[in-house]
Amino acid sequence: MTWRRRPLSGRELGIVFALLVLVAVTTAVNPAFLGAQGLHDLFLNASILTLLAVGQTLLVITRNIDLSVGSTMGLTAFLSGQIYVADHDTPVIAVLVAGIAMGAVCGAVNGALVAAAKVPALVVTLGTLYVFRGLDYGWASLTGTRQVNADQMSGQFLAFGSGSVLGVPRLTLIAIVVLVAVNYVLRTMRSGRELYAIGSNPHAARLAGIPAGKRILAVFVVSGALVGLAGVLHAAYFGTINASVGSGEELAVVAAVVVGGVAIFGGSGTAMGAALGALLLTTITGALPILGVPALWQRAVDGAALLLSISLDRAVMARLASRLRRERNARHG
Amino acid sequence: MAEAERAPRPLLELCHITKSFQAVQALRGVSLALPAGEVHALAGENGAGKSTVVRIIGGEHQPDSGVIVLRGEPVRLSSPLQARRHGIAVIHQEPVQFPDLSAAENVFMGRQPLRAGRRIDREAMNRRAAELFERLGVPLDPTRPTRGLSIADQQIIEIAKALSGKADVIVMDEPTAALSAVEAERLFTVARGLAGQGAALLFISHRLEEVYALCDRVTVLRDGALVTSASTGEIDRDTLVRRMVGRAVDHLFPEREPGSGPEALVVRGLNRAGAFHDVSFTVRSGEIVGLAGLVGSGRSELARAIFGVDGRDSGTVMVNGVLLPAANPRGAIDRGLALVPEDRREQGLVPELSIERNASLARLGAVSRHGIVSRSSERATARRWGERLRMTVGRFTDAAATLSGGNQQKLVLGKWLATEPSVLIVDEPTRGIDIAAKVEVHSELSRLAAEGLAVLLISSELPEVLGMADRVLVMHEGRITADLPRERATEETVMRAATGTVDAA
Amino acid sequence: MGEELGPGRQLTRALVRWETALIVLCVLVFVLGAVSTAGFADRDNIGFLLVDYTEVALLALALLPIVLTGEIDLSVASVLGFCSALTGALWDAGMSFEAIVPVVLLTGAVLGAVNATLVVGLGLPSLAVTIGTLGLYRGLAYVVLGDRAVTGFPESYRPLATAVVPGTFLPLPTLAVAGCAALAAVVVHATPLGRSLYAIGLGKRTARFSGIRVGRIKSGAYVVSGALAAVASVVYTLRYNSARADNGSGLELVAVAAVLLGGVSIFGGRGTVAGVVTALLLMAGLRNLLFLNDVTNEIQNVINGLLLIVSVLVPVVTDLVSTRGRRRGAVRRPTEIR
Repeated sequence: MTWRRRPLSGRELGIVFALLVLVAVTTAVNPAFLGAQGLHDLFLNASILTLLAVGQTLLVITRNIDLSVGSTMGLTAFLSGQIYVADHDTPVIAVLVAGIAMGAVCGAVNGALVAAAKVPALVVTLGTLYVFRGLDYGWASLTGTRQVNADQMSGQFLAFGSGSVLGVPRLTLIAIVVLVAVNYVLRTMRSGRELYAIGSNPHAARLAGIPAGKRILAVFVVSGALVGLAGVLHAAYFGTINASVGSGEELAVVAAVVVGGVAIFGGSGTAMGAALGALLLTTITGALPILGVPALWQRAVDGAALLLSISLDRAVMARLASRLRRERNARHG
Repeated sequence: MAEAERAPRPLLELCHITKSFQAVQALRGVSLALPAGEVHALAGENGAGKSTVVRIIGGEHQPDSGVIVLRGEPVRLSSPLQARRHGIAVIHQEPVQFPDLSAAENVFMGRQPLRAGRRIDREAMNRRAAELFERLGVPLDPTRPTRGLSIADQQIIEIAKALSGKADVIVMDEPTAALSAVEAERLFTVARGLAGQGAALLFISHRLEEVYALCDRVTVLRDGALVTSASTGEIDRDTLVRRMVGRAVDHLFPEREPGSGPEALVVRGLNRAGAFHDVSFTVRSGEIVGLAGLVGSGRSELARAIFGVDGRDSGTVMVNGVLLPAANPRGAIDRGLALVPEDRREQGLVPELSIERNASLARLGAVSRHGIVSRSSERATARRWGERLRMTVGRFTDAAATLSGGNQQKLVLGKWLATEPSVLIVDEPTRGIDIAAKVEVHSELSRLAAEGLAVLLISSELPEVLGMADRVLVMHEGRITADLPRERATEETVMRAATGTVDAA
Repeated sequence: MGEELGPGRQLTRALVRWETALIVLCVLVFVLGAVSTAGFADRDNIGFLLVDYTEVALLALALLPIVLTGEIDLSVASVLGFCSALTGALWDAGMSFEAIVPVVLLTGAVLGAVNATLVVGLGLPSLAVTIGTLGLYRGLAYVVLGDRAVTGFPESYRPLATAVVPGTFLPLPTLAVAGCAALAAVVVHATPLGRSLYAIGLGKRTARFSGIRVGRIKSGAYVVSGALAAVASVVYTLRYNSARADNGSGLELVAVAAVLLGGVSIFGGRGTVAGVVTALLLMAGLRNLLFLNDVTNEIQNVINGLLLIVSVLVPVVTDLVSTRGRRRGAVRRPTEIR
């Protein structure tokens, strides 16, 4: 048995395999699923969930969680719309920066409460899930702008959201860039490895002198910024925004992360896995109608996927533990 | 300090360190000097302040007063990180590691070798870790996660960590408690090697043979104060023990007629994979049977499986002729078995609950009438056992955490005696409590045996086992390797059985 | 080591203070409402604000034992949603209401048992499990009923969820909630089972070593939670005369907020029924007061979210302040010596 690092872990290979089976079956039922347009849509839809899942991965690795992702995304998507209502000709880059900044601020609020006040992330972000969503609705009713439509946004912005570079959707490119960057940091930077250390054993991390509070705050800010980016991209892609964008998205995000093999109690998992998890869940969502399952099943499927993954993880851990015990006994005996 | 010129200047000096935790004065003006190239033993009973010294050197606690001098300079060690940066490494009895990360990452966390662009140089890291493990004589795979490694291997990782950080003050806090004889010897070789290369080592242990085998000098603490500091060549074993205990060790254990009642606890062919194999023994009522063995030999696992907190693969347990259901503590309690577990805080007590609630936790049904808990009967229980065990208690409504270690142990004992058992298993009943409480626990145990209770006493302290037990069972790697009557049980026979060097005796 | 632990008396005192503060706040809200807002103190309005919190109160009481053991159940509102959707589907299929109710209650208990199996049987973290079943049960509600609404439940039963006790302004459901709360108070505070809940929350291993059947008690708490959520679903369906898959969505937050605001520790082992009931009254009064002053539902959600955060923040901050005071004292001593 070797512990060497492989390009894809067993879990990630498993997801790839499940993806291939799913795509094969669905394509057999309806060949359009794998057509140019079908593939294009699939990757576009997966891109936004991937951004959210990558951000969430950073948090879960450190034993934290952000249940307010959907609300933060809704808030930043709505911000994009509001910006265009105020000034139809705002440059795309300005909207991006504003969205990312707002997401980062939301993340900072969560992070400050978790890192400084030592309140469990579950409680904090369950609270901010409603606070941010409420602010979103409050903002909508205060300005009287219940909905922002495509014709109110600039053509440039919409083109940014639906455009492609060399046939690859721009959103997908952005998601890939983010994924590669986060993967890189997690694998090869000291600060990235320290995130695993914090999640693996907080006490040992303290003894090793890792500034856990600072790192956790930073991770919340970065994750929030990614959610903000996702919100702006959502607005640019769909072109129609109201205050309910992203409601319930936390379930899909947590499910993607867990399906992707990130341990819910921290210390292990990769951004790559989470991205594959996001792709798998998006593919399932896309495949359901083709396979004759109503789209209403999606939440149930997400929930079931999450439960299945953690049960599977537990089974794998139990097997690993018994193997380690056997190895040790063998060495002694 | 000009007169200290004769000896080489110590690497680390503690000068008149005091430290208190709320009401407890943990250290009273302790001074200690660790010269380069020397292995220094810190001895003392549990609760004497050894751990506090370790934590202060390691930067986990700050002294209330006194000065720490490192290489001639006074320093403040305000965090573990600071201590590490000053070249101080602490190897804990049970190392704290990152189970998900590789052995090499555990060694180099926060100090990973870098390549251009601040990237971690994984190859270099693994290579250097492998070199360190090689040097320590334990060829661990640097890329394997530390989850599932034995404690001995984890300590090797901790020592590699110290070496890689160029630490020259190395503190080992009871490192051998959970090691086999072979592993301990390997550790000693490493420790001597480190001292030979100019490091200063502080070695904490209460196994005197280890102190004499490894250390050049020994300092004894008692009740937070320094009692003696001498070269190991100048102080003999008996004197050392007397200094540690603060009086002669004779008459520590109550005299008692060996019990010979009917068989109260009968264990037959008990197995649990990975913990113990084919264990059979009996305890008669009125008898105290000692269960000795190294930490990790399966003693506590055996006790837990008998009681039913853990499951068992095969075998039977009978109390007074009645079979106990497997994995069912309630069933065991109802049939007259009680277990005072080894970990007071985690298994014996709920520290945040009040004393009286803790006392009735194992017999909630008995203090209830018509399904409602009767507070007065709860309090009566606590009071009755509190008095019998001579607990020092302010109020029974105070949290159990406010009690001293000895009184906590008495509370756990009382909680179990209140269930009126006919068989009592006690696991490390005197660990970490002061001498007076220890004596009281011992005399209570022999009084109970005289009243007809069957007692199985598990202890790491050989004198306790030898002094208390009518008969000594010894465990080694999950098997009972000796059953010695009192006359034949000596430190030597027990240790030989415990380390597996037993002849066909 | 436990040297850092504060004496138990201080702990109890702090808890007492927490509940006193809640009661003061609660009285404040009601007095403020009566003084500032016309119609707030009317008998009918008080009745309405009470009955309006029936479901939340039932869910909070369902959560309490689970949180006391140190676990969590985020799926309570989804159980409510699924049970409501099932009620609608069965009613649509022509089943009698008398037959539906036991089926729905049993279903709630089964959903709770599923949670129990995953958390206790497989040993999975309850947070992850119940986020999963939050999605799963809500999703299944849509599977059962789609996105339509079923109405027209029998007139003979609807008063159970809307009528008042004759001669008073107390709504029947509120009376039922009060009964449940009283029962919960007895069980939690005075029975061996209740003692066991606290012991598990504060020291799971000790509880196991003391012969307390930890797994069985936790499983039971989840099953009861499911059944109580099903009761809440029946009240909800009758009260609004509408069965929909999205019934009660988001109520898990309000219930968790009420439990934590009531002084129950998210880590388990601390809290009282009285505290939770006071928190529920406080939140119900506040909600109604804001409603009468035309504050939208969305802003109310902001307030619920803030209450949740504040309820966990306050103990942390007070703790921080008190330890900092201690530490400062400890630091001063050596300086004086020098």
